Amino acid sequence: MSPRPVKLRKISDPPIISGFKPYGNKKSNSKPVITFLNLEEYEALRLCDYMMFDQLQASSAMNVSRPTLTRIYARARKKIAEAFVLGKQIIIEGGKIYFDSEWYNCKSCGCVFNNPDKQKIIAECPLCRAKNFTNYSEFTHEPEESLKRKRNKK
Amino acid sequence: MKVAITSTGNSIDSKLDQRFGRCSHFMIYDTETKGMEFIPNPNKDAQEGAGPASVQLVASRNVEKIISGEFGIKIKSLLDSLKIQMIVLKEPEKNLEDIINMINK
Repeated sequence: MSPRPVKLRKISDPPIISGFKPYGNKKSNSKPVITFLNLEEYEALRLCDYMMFDQLQASSAMNVSRPTLTRIYARARKKIAEAFVLGKQIIIEGGKIYFDSEWYNCKSCGCVFNNPDKQKIIAECPLCRAKNFTNYSEFTHEPEESLKRKRNKK
Repeated sequence: MKVAITSTGNSIDSKLDQRFGRCSHFMIYDTETKGMEFIPNPNKDAQEGAGPASVQLVASRNVEKIISGEFGIKIKSLLDSLKIQMIVLKEPEKNLEDIINMINK
């Protein structure tokens, strides 16, 4: 029997950056090893340590049980500690997640907006009328896939 | 179409308030008549439930869009069901005039 599928975690704010790079490695000059921080782990860390929610509030915000939130949070801290100690590069992407609404990010004015009417397709930024904006759903793909895609591009 | 903008004061050169529920004033802007209306937020110092109360206040003016710096967890689902568009602008230095100019461009 196959295991029960993972319940999707709710994300309200995706990160404004895609990762962190270490600098000034005193031991080696080789390229830093990459560690992937899932978006669900990023969100758990944001809610618990930045917004100062307790774990019960954070779990209800992400729509998972409290023990599950604790496990996600523990994993996030482990990965970040590992990256700090071993000088690894962090890339934030992937994870079994969904967004609380259909969010778009405008590249020209930097605003974030949602689509309240699912019947209509958004053609321009409601603020600056620019046409270059991206959908957040691009965050939800698996990390390994995007790495392959980047390699193929090169 | 009416747009609500959260404001730190009651004049056109006040800055965009970064909070939605506990902002100082709401500015309702009508894109057709170019009319502006400032409403002081009664929930500014509320202990709890400032977000949903502010949503009610803004929704009673029939706005279609809300521009603010941040929306809390309780508000997002509420505005989604009311079909009001949320626009998150994380630029506290922008004043209301800049934003109106952006809309009218």
